Amino acid sequence: MIDFSPQLVQLLSLDGERMPSGDFDPWVADLDGPALLALYRDMVVVRRIDTEATALQRQGELGLWPPLLGQEAAQIGSARALRSDDFIFPSYRENAVAYCRGVKVSDIVKVWRGNAQSGWDPYTVNMATPAIIIGAQTLHATGWALGAQRDEVDSVAIAYFGDGATSEGDVHEAMVFAASFQAPVVFFCQNNQWAISEPVGVQAHRNIADRAPGFGIPSLRIDGNDVIAVLAATRIALDRARTGGGPTFIEAVTYRMGPHTTADDPTRYRDPAELAEWKTRDPVLRLHRLLTSLGEITPEVEAETAALADAAAAELRAGCIGMADPEPLSVFDHVYATPNATLERQRSDYAGYLTSFGTEHDSAEQNRKA
Amino acid sequence: MTTLMTPAIVSTVPGLNAPKPTPLSETKTLTVAKAINEGLRQAMLDDPKVVLLGEDIGALGGVFRVTSDLLAQFGARRVIDTPLAESAIVGTAVGLAYRGYRPVCEIQFDGFIFPAFDQIVSQVAKFHYRTQGAVRMPITIRVPFGGGIGAAEHHSESPEAYFTHTSGLRVIAVSNAQDAYSLIRQAIASDDPVLYFEPKRRYHVKGEVVPELGLVMERAVIVRPGTDVTLLAYGALVTTARDAALAAFDEGISIEVIDLRSLSPVDYAVVEASVRKTGRLVVTHEAAQSGGLGGEIIATITERCFSFLESAPVRVTGFDVPYPPAKLESHHLPDLDRILDGVDRVMGRR
Repeated sequence: MIDFSPQLVQLLSLDGERMPSGDFDPWVADLDGPALLALYRDMVVVRRIDTEATALQRQGELGLWPPLLGQEAAQIGSARALRSDDFIFPSYRENAVAYCRGVKVSDIVKVWRGNAQSGWDPYTVNMATPAIIIGAQTLHATGWALGAQRDEVDSVAIAYFGDGATSEGDVHEAMVFAASFQAPVVFFCQNNQWAISEPVGVQAHRNIADRAPGFGIPSLRIDGNDVIAVLAATRIALDRARTGGGPTFIEAVTYRMGPHTTADDPTRYRDPAELAEWKTRDPVLRLHRLLTSLGEITPEVEAETAALADAAAAELRAGCIGMADPEPLSVFDHVYATPNATLERQRSDYAGYLTSFGTEHDSAEQNRKA
Repeated sequence: MTTLMTPAIVSTVPGLNAPKPTPLSETKTLTVAKAINEGLRQAMLDDPKVVLLGEDIGALGGVFRVTSDLLAQFGARRVIDTPLAESAIVGTAVGLAYRGYRPVCEIQFDGFIFPAFDQIVSQVAKFHYRTQGAVRMPITIRVPFGGGIGAAEHHSESPEAYFTHTSGLRVIAVSNAQDAYSLIRQAIASDDPVLYFEPKRRYHVKGEVVPELGLVMERAVIVRPGTDVTLLAYGALVTTARDAALAAFDEGISIEVIDLRSLSPVDYAVVEASVRKTGRLVVTHEAAQSGGLGGEIIATITERCFSFLESAPVRVTGFDVPYPPAKLESHHLPDLDRILDGVDRVMGRR
C-alpha cells in the first residue's frame, strides 16, 4: 500500500546511497545499473543543452531562456515514466521533458528565438507546446483526460506546473474537475521554491502537497532531486490513472538553481547561502555518486556521456543560428482555420504595401528599420 | 453531535428512460430556445465527438431549458453537468478539443463569462495561430445575452465587443428561431472557435424552422429592404429594428434593416452595398457605445463608402454605464423610439 502522506519520499540519499522503501521499491525494481546510467545520461545532456541555450541568449541568439538548472531529476524522472500515448501539458520550463519526448533540440528554442509561438507540432510527440499563462494548462490536461476517459483508452494526461501556479484559480478548478469526474490526469508540481522573486512561503503556508487531499485527490510529496523517487511516484500516479483510480497530485520538492529566466537577477532577492545549500543536493551529482558506487562510472562512460552532451549542444547551436526568419506575410497565417474576409483584406493591403517598396519584401523591411 | 456528510449520488436521472425524440425532419414552428435545442440534438446525432459542458445543463436542461432532454437522449458522458467554474468549463473544452472533440460550452448568463475570459482570449482564440494550424479549437461557447428581462445584476449584459476585438474567435448573434437552429449547427461544425450569442429576451418567440443549415453564418441578411437608411442590428434588437422600420414607413422613410448575424467577421460586402444605395447608416446595439461594435462598423464603412454618405452615421446604443437596475433598464436599452430618433438624426430631421 502506498502511504499518501505528507512524508517526503526519498529513495536516494544526498550521498548517493539507495534508501530502501518497501512501498516504493517495487515500482523501480527494473532500475538496474544500465537503466540508472541512461537516466544519468539524460540529466547530463539536458543540463548541457540548458547551459548552451543560456549562452546563446547571452550571445544575442535567443531573446530569452528559462533555465531548468537543478530540476533535471524532476523532469527526467517523470518524463521517462510516461508512455508515448500519454499527453503532456507543460509550462515553459519543461525543456528536459521535451527532450525526452524526442523534440529536436533546436525546436525547443524556436519559441525563445522568436521564430514561432510553438516549436513543434504537439501531435507528433504528444506534448503540448509551452503554456505561458501560469496554470492554464492544468485545465487543458484535465479536459484531455476527460476525452481519454470517454474514448475508453488508458492513456493519461500529465500537467506540469510550478509552486507559483498553485495559487492560480485554474489549478484549483482543474483539481475540482479532475476529482469530480475522476479524470485520468497527473498533476506534477515542481516546487522549485521560487516564483521569480517570491519564495514558496508567499504561495503556501503549508506543504503544497497538502492541498490536493482537500479536493479528494491523493498526493505524494517527493524529493524532486531524487530521480528514482520521481520515477517511482510518477509511475504510481500513472498506474492509478490508467486503472480508473483518478487523479494524483505530486509535489516534487526541488530547487531552481538559476534565474527565473535570463532576464532575471536572483542576487537581488536570494541568499547565496541558500543556493550553496541546495548545491549539496544536486540531482546529477547524487546519481553520479550512486553510479560510482555501483561501478557503472568508468572513464569511457564519462567520455561517452560528455560527447553525447557536446553533440546535443552543437546541434542546438547550429540549429538555432541556422534558423530562417519567418516570411513577413506569415504574420497573417493560421489565425483562423477557415477563410476570413476581413483578415484577408488586411493581408492583401499589407502585401501591396510591402511590394510598393519594390519587388522584394526585404526592401520594405530595410526601409522600416532605417 | 455532528453527522458526517456523505455526498449525494445521483443514481437516476428523471426522463432517462423516456422515449427518444426524433430529430427535426420537417418544417416546424419552434421557439428560439427549442430551435437551439433541436440544432444541438442534430449536431450530436451527426457527430459523436460533440459533447456539451455547462452548469445545470443536464437534468434541468439549463436555466433556459435550451438543453432539455439531451441528457436523457445522449447520457452523462456527452451532456456534462460541470462544477461551477467557468474557466474550467472552457479550459477543459480546450483539452477535449485537443483530443478531437467538438465541445459546446454553455455559459449560464452573459455576465458570468468573465471568469472564463482568460481561457477564451489567451487559449481558445490563440491555439490555432500559436501552433501554426496544428491544433484546432472547434469549440462553441453559447452565451445568453442582453437585457430586457428585469433581471438582477450580471444577467443582462452584452459583452460581445470583448470577443469581436479578439483575433481568432468567430462571433455570432442570432435573432430568430431559424437562425438559432441553422447557426448553432454551423457553429459546432466550424473548425474555428465560435462565440454564439443567444437573444435571451426572445427565447420564447416562435418562428418557422426548416431543418437546414441555410446561408453560411458569415453572411449578413437584409430582413427588410429599403432605400433611405441602412439600419444594422443583431440579436434581440433585430425585431425592434424591424418594428422601427415599419413605423418609419408610415412617416415616409424607407429603412433597410440588416441582421448582422456574424459580428466577427462582419459581412461588409452586404453592409457596403446597402450603404452605397441608401447613403445613410444607423447601427444599434444594447452594449455600451464607447469601444462598441457600432463604432468599428461605422469607421470601416466611412473608410470604404465615404463618398456615398449623405450624412454622418449614427449609433443608437446602451449608455456607457454598467448595466443598470431593472427599473432603469428601459432607459438604457435602445427601443423603437430611440431608434427612430436616430433615424431622424441621420435623415437630418433633427
